[in-house]
Amino acid sequence: MIEVNNVSKYFGEKQVLFGIDTQFEEGKVNLIIGRSGSGKTVLMKCLVGLFTPEEGEVLYSGREFHNLSDKDKLSLRKEMGMVFQGSALFDSMTIEENVTFPLDMFTDMSESEMRDRADFCLECVDLKGVNKLFPAELSGGMKKRAAIARALACNPKYLFFDEPNSGLDPKTSLLIDELITKITHDFNTTTVVNTHDLNSIITIGETISFIYQGRLGWRGSSANILTSDDQTLNDFIYAQPLTQRLRKTL
Amino acid sequence: MLRQALATFGEYLIFLRQVFSKPAKWSVFLKKWVFEMDAMGIGSMLIVSIVSLAMGSVITMQTALQIESGWIPKWTVGFISRTSIVMELCPTIISLLLVGNLGSRITAEIGSMRVTEQIDALEVMGINPASHLVLPKVLASIIVNPILCVFSIAFALLGSFLTVWITGCISTYHFIDGLTYCFRVYDVVYALTKTCVFAFVMSTVASFYGYRIEGGALELGKASTQGIVVSSFIILILNVVITDIML
Repeated sequence: MIEVNNVSKYFGEKQVLFGIDTQFEEGKVNLIIGRSGSGKTVLMKCLVGLFTPEEGEVLYSGREFHNLSDKDKLSLRKEMGMVFQGSALFDSMTIEENVTFPLDMFTDMSESEMRDRADFCLECVDLKGVNKLFPAELSGGMKKRAAIARALACNPKYLFFDEPNSGLDPKTSLLIDELITKITHDFNTTTVVNTHDLNSIITIGETISFIYQGRLGWRGSSANILTSDDQTLNDFIYAQPLTQRLRKTL
Repeated sequence: MLRQALATFGEYLIFLRQVFSKPAKWSVFLKKWVFEMDAMGIGSMLIVSIVSLAMGSVITMQTALQIESGWIPKWTVGFISRTSIVMELCPTIISLLLVGNLGSRITAEIGSMRVTEQIDALEVMGINPASHLVLPKVLASIIVNPILCVFSIAFALLGSFLTVWITGCISTYHFIDGLTYCFRVYDVVYALTKTCVFAFVMSTVASFYGYRIEGGALELGKASTQGIVVSSFIILILNVVITDIML
């Protein structure tokens, strides 16, 4: 479990996160949702240690991430996998080298063991026969899947996805959502997904934290998000004409 | 402005501390180091040889044109050409050339990795990106640039010799006599020391400007230019300082 306690973040004089309190549960798909510029990505970067919050704490199964020694931080980081918005695959490496990279850095696996692990991870994301291709030769959806395979390589306990559906067509988005759910349940990971994709919110969000103007606006699940009476949340969820029509049917 | 310059220098020192920390895995580091040496060395040989040939040729023509007095020995052309080439032109001009060639490549490479979140990905994995990406480049340039400098000296002297041979401005006998007159190994040591220092400045400053990029393609272009300008400026200042110390 990841606990976020009273996290605040400033950039110079500007405060972007205001005392956020929330939890991300183990073995579940936990969503962070909100409008663009609401602070979702900043919160996620605070979770993974790319930003250090000025106030508050982030606890990984009771371990306060930002106060850990460098050695403990490193061992905790080995339990994390992250898929970035733009996939962040290393473009000078082939897909197989991308997937085996964390294994090469942190394990004593032999070449053949690493190759087997890469094959397994790529199979998990339904991506076969691309081992020797470079990221530039793949489509957006395939890149995302390759990035997921790389994040899975070291068997992480915590998985983070930053806007996994951005720039993808609806069908590929569905595929990615299914993949996220499958991985979370098969490997019992604590998965945190940063999204504003409505389909993801409704279909895969087992816990949902709604961030509004840097504050936690609402917390719940996909089961009760559509019937919430929180005005700011409803303004976000029912912003589009299609969802407004859906609301009338509820 | 001074305050901003001091703040940037402080950031640069913090960056250097990150760069010179122990690599996560030595075997991966060595692989990257060899790769960088290959990319930097082989990739720069053609441009270095062309520029050096031309440089050697021009310096000899200019010297021969200026020295027409019968009181000055004929070997002076070879002597001045060699001294200029070994002590100043090859280490400094070639280092400035490499700032434009290799420095901009380093800034663009690291900067685009920053913009596309590849550096963040390394950090989340628990890898020190500065050490992983920059240290092999710094050490590679410290090895490769002096080799390129020696290569450049050889080509510049060849250019010099060919000019004398083709134009016949002085006899090749007198030219070679001048080339070998009062030759000191210390001059080469001085040239190579300068090149090593300039290589360190080029690789670390270029990496620093790429590493701290915030934004997109526009900032990448700006950082590349800034990296070249700042490295060149520091190299020119250090050239004066090292010359004062070593000579």
